[in-house]
Amino acid sequence: MRISASRFLLSVITALSLFACGSGESNVVQGNREGILHVGNGTEPQGLDPHVVTGIPESNIVKALFEGLAVKNPQTLESEPGVAQSWDISEDGLTITFHLNPEAKWSNGDPMTAEDYVWSWQRALNPTMGNQYAYMLYPVENAEAFATGKLDDFAQVGVKALDPHTLQVTLNTPTPYFIQLMDHHSAYAVHRPTIEKFGKATDRFTPWTRVENIVGNGPFRLKEWKLNRRIIVEKSNTYWDRDRVSLNGIEFYPVENIASEERMFRVGQLHYTNSIPLDKIPVYREMDNSPYVNAPYLGTYFYLLNTNKPPLDDVRVRQALSLAVNRKLLNDSVLHGTNFPAYGITPPGTLGYQPPKVFEYDVARARQLLAEAGYPNGEGWPGLELIYNTSESHLKVAVALQQMWKDALNIDVTLANQEWKVYLDSVDQMDFQMARRGWIGDYVDPNNFLDLFLCNGGNNNTGFCDPVYDDLITQQAPRAKTREERYAIFAAAETRLMEQMPIIPIYTYTSNHLIHPSVQGMPSNLMDYVNYKYVELVGDTQATQ
Amino acid sequence: MWRFIGFRVLQSIPVLLVVITVTFFLVRMAPGGPFSSEKAVIPEVKAALEAQYRLNLPMFEQYTAYLGDLAQGDLGPSFKYPGRSVNELIAAGFPVTAELGLYALLVAISIGGIAGVIASLRRNTAQDYIPMSVAMIGICVPSLLMGPILILVFGIYLEWLPVSGWGDTPGDKILPAITLGSTYAAYIARLSRAGMLEVMSQDYIRTARAKGLPEWRVVVGHALRGGMIPVVAFLGPAFAGLLSGSFVVETIFQIPGLGRFYVQAAFNRDYTMILGATVFLATLIVVFNLLSDILAAWMNPRLRSQYGEG
Amino acid sequence: MSAPVITDIAQAEQGTSLWRDAWQRLRRNRLAVFGLVVLTFFVLIALLTPWIAPYGYAEQQLALGATPPSAQHWLGTDIYGRDLLTQIMYGGRISLAVGFIATAVALLIGVTWGAVAGYAGGKVDAVMMRLVDILYALPFMIFIVLLMVVFGRNMLLLFLAIGAVEWLTMARIMRSQVQSLRQQEFVEAAISLGLSPGTIIRRHLVPNALGPIIVYTTLTIPSVMLLEAFLSFLGLGVQPPQTSWGLLISYGAESMEEYPWLLLYPGLALTLTLFSLNFLGDGLRDALDVRGAKD
Repeated sequence: MRISASRFLLSVITALSLFACGSGESNVVQGNREGILHVGNGTEPQGLDPHVVTGIPESNIVKALFEGLAVKNPQTLESEPGVAQSWDISEDGLTITFHLNPEAKWSNGDPMTAEDYVWSWQRALNPTMGNQYAYMLYPVENAEAFATGKLDDFAQVGVKALDPHTLQVTLNTPTPYFIQLMDHHSAYAVHRPTIEKFGKATDRFTPWTRVENIVGNGPFRLKEWKLNRRIIVEKSNTYWDRDRVSLNGIEFYPVENIASEERMFRVGQLHYTNSIPLDKIPVYREMDNSPYVNAPYLGTYFYLLNTNKPPLDDVRVRQALSLAVNRKLLNDSVLHGTNFPAYGITPPGTLGYQPPKVFEYDVARARQLLAEAGYPNGEGWPGLELIYNTSESHLKVAVALQQMWKDALNIDVTLANQEWKVYLDSVDQMDFQMARRGWIGDYVDPNNFLDLFLCNGGNNNTGFCDPVYDDLITQQAPRAKTREERYAIFAAAETRLMEQMPIIPIYTYTSNHLIHPSVQGMPSNLMDYVNYKYVELVGDTQATQ
Repeated sequence: MWRFIGFRVLQSIPVLLVVITVTFFLVRMAPGGPFSSEKAVIPEVKAALEAQYRLNLPMFEQYTAYLGDLAQGDLGPSFKYPGRSVNELIAAGFPVTAELGLYALLVAISIGGIAGVIASLRRNTAQDYIPMSVAMIGICVPSLLMGPILILVFGIYLEWLPVSGWGDTPGDKILPAITLGSTYAAYIARLSRAGMLEVMSQDYIRTARAKGLPEWRVVVGHALRGGMIPVVAFLGPAFAGLLSGSFVVETIFQIPGLGRFYVQAAFNRDYTMILGATVFLATLIVVFNLLSDILAAWMNPRLRSQYGEG
Repeated sequence: MSAPVITDIAQAEQGTSLWRDAWQRLRRNRLAVFGLVVLTFFVLIALLTPWIAPYGYAEQQLALGATPPSAQHWLGTDIYGRDLLTQIMYGGRISLAVGFIATAVALLIGVTWGAVAGYAGGKVDAVMMRLVDILYALPFMIFIVLLMVVFGRNMLLLFLAIGAVEWLTMARIMRSQVQSLRQQEFVEAAISLGLSPGTIIRRHLVPNALGPIIVYTTLTIPSVMLLEAFLSFLGLGVQPPQTSWGLLISYGAESMEEYPWLLLYPGLALTLTLFSLNFLGDGLRDALDVRGAKD
């Protein structure tokens, strides 16, 4: 009774603040009239230099201020023209020629040239720059050698300006997802005169990204940047596709606290939230004309198992742990049905790829495997520790799983939350038995998940090493003639992986946002990708109808 | 008195030096560096980043270089926010936090002080229990609960006040000040009540009463000064605590203050920012502790004469 | 002005009767007695919890989820379907233990430190109090993280970490009290009687500063309990499925609109304890206040 009363109250109040709007004028009402979108954006961005930043909040703002050679359609995620109005791919798939749009201009009016890209990629790949996403350009011939200091002469890197509007890129191997990567900020062009005005090309510290200095090429330009308060961008009048841009501006708010963000949304201070507290989801989901949007997201939540440490060096123990997890129950209870149970590392439907389901929830089999490993009904169990970084949702999953293992296998698993950087250190040093982990794809391709577990993979962190697996991923898959053949090789590799179970997949991520009904042109997609030039605000009256 | 102050100022130099030194090595001992991230960083990139921040130098050289910069008032570049100096981050956050802390302290002193004094004068009556119980709420309800409750009631249900922001909409400073101040109000109420009770039984108060002074003059003219000594001893560290402890309130209310930068710096291992903020706060703490000691000495006639002579 | 001296010397000789008198006075203070009864009740429950708790503290019913109070679960269940009453009972064990032990640590260090500094004065005072300033200024979170890494996670460390932080203000308050008491005639008389500094601090200074000490102690206990929740959150302290009141309240605060009972009942337990502590603290203060009692 109580629960429904409080939910009812919440719904009524939310509905009131959404549509009726009480005293004063909210950001949303004012924004709808003036064409300003108010966005909750996680944390204060570390900066706005496309070759320095690493996080999602930064990427959201950088995408408004800059534009890549190709962008993505938010509906289909297919690549479409950005700075390049078209591109040709050679027969062998090794040479890509970008034809730059002559209308593409920097925000100070300078024309954009192919030379800008050559200079910018040199900057992005320069080892002194310390660009953590330099590897996004590694498919380019000799790019990796240059970025790791093995090659000093940038002229040997496979990027050439044939003329001011033609850029030719040579790849190491055919890379089907290369055009997609052009939309990543580390492949963006930056304005050379501006950067050089404030220091060396590779300086990380210069103030060139300040409001008064920055020159970009995106649909918006920087108008105001107040630390930990807000960043405001306004429509750019030099952008080549300015006629399509509907918004007059966007205000990004750094809101770390997701409960605060939800309250800001409820009183009409935000059009869009970066996130939503788990326990609020059922309330919003039940509302009519709900602002709650939930969609599959290209990421997997899993536990790393350290295969070098007992008892996890025994594959049967790893399998037993994984088989004893009731993923459906977990998802339906503490996760409020927001995610999808995962049985492999690759999210289902990654550009048509379906991961094989090698196992399923099976307590009897799990008990049998554990007995075979020498721990019948948990007897003699040496104990196991799970580490996770401090967070409400990681805690919830861990507590539920801890009890599932106790109930199903009669074994004790201790939980240890660690502060973020301590946790990163533990995972990096493999100083753990079992560790919580999540992986979000950089681009839509199964390769981006499966190459994690190569023997020398920098993010492997499990001790799993299978030469056959490495051969499938690095040698056979790139040579596949058709998509079907390539996916079959990936499926074979993933089957090998899941039979060895160096990880316990738990769920496939979804993106969860609150979006005001007046916001149009922000469709859900697998990468939680927003292209602000397509976003429109329609008045409240239309939205309610 | 001036010699006392002079000595204390001199003493604060080694204090600050120790704080800087200990913090410098402490933060570097903590696991996880400023550049560790969820996706493995390749060694070449890591080396380049460390070179840009002098982290490749021997530890002692880093330390002396830092002291050299510090002597010139340069707190160095932030690790987390490239392109921003620590001086700039502190300059952006501190005025906001100081303003918030000041309002909170005003709330705390006015509510806590009044409640405490009234309660001490009407000991063991309803006028004692009720103000003290109200003040107690501030302690039982931590900020992380008080903030959301106030927001729900006044921001969302009643729609009287904004739910977040600082200086953006009228009235958005009220709820954060109350939230932050309420904890301290409870402390001040209890300390002032106890201090007053302590003083009211002293002989000089009896003497004052015996002289036939009206009760309010006894309280205001004589008792208050002695009775507030524990409160004043508490205020110095409390104000410094307000500055570093306003993190929770700043996060809940989206206030762009120093507390958020400081705590995030610790989480991010932003070495220069942690150090810079620590040096800055340490200076403030030393100053405020000194002020509260001077004030306590001034309020205590016997101590005053001691320092006056000394 | 020699009256307090006599009282204090008499007090030293007849310690037992002083405590008996104090107990008599305390018994007449109804609120203090209420506080004592409630606290005793909570401590008893905490001690007996493993035998009287209605459910196991880790026992989950995921499919049930969070439910409001009912006949099976008197205070409702949390999101894992665990019985809230059981959680509060087990949480009380930890919160009370942390509250009392860590406060005792802080009290012991703080009072001694402050009294010695205040009594000695001069250089000793300067060095001791500047050390306090230094500890105030160090970044607490980094300190905690390091403690955890160096010593691993255990409850003993938790008590130490909390005690190590909380004694600072106590020391400052004690010092300021002692400084002002030191100048009073009865202390000077004691010095002239040739009593050792330790005896003077123990017999004359600490008892006369009891009021502020008791009050600050009752203030320290709640802040210690809440600090424990923060530290547990950072990874030091209690780990799930163990819990404490502070943790229950922090989690309850996150979903207070959806599941108000998860906040309400742990909050009530904490509030009741804190009020009782304060009533008892005030009662004790009054009962031990020799001069006040003569008025």
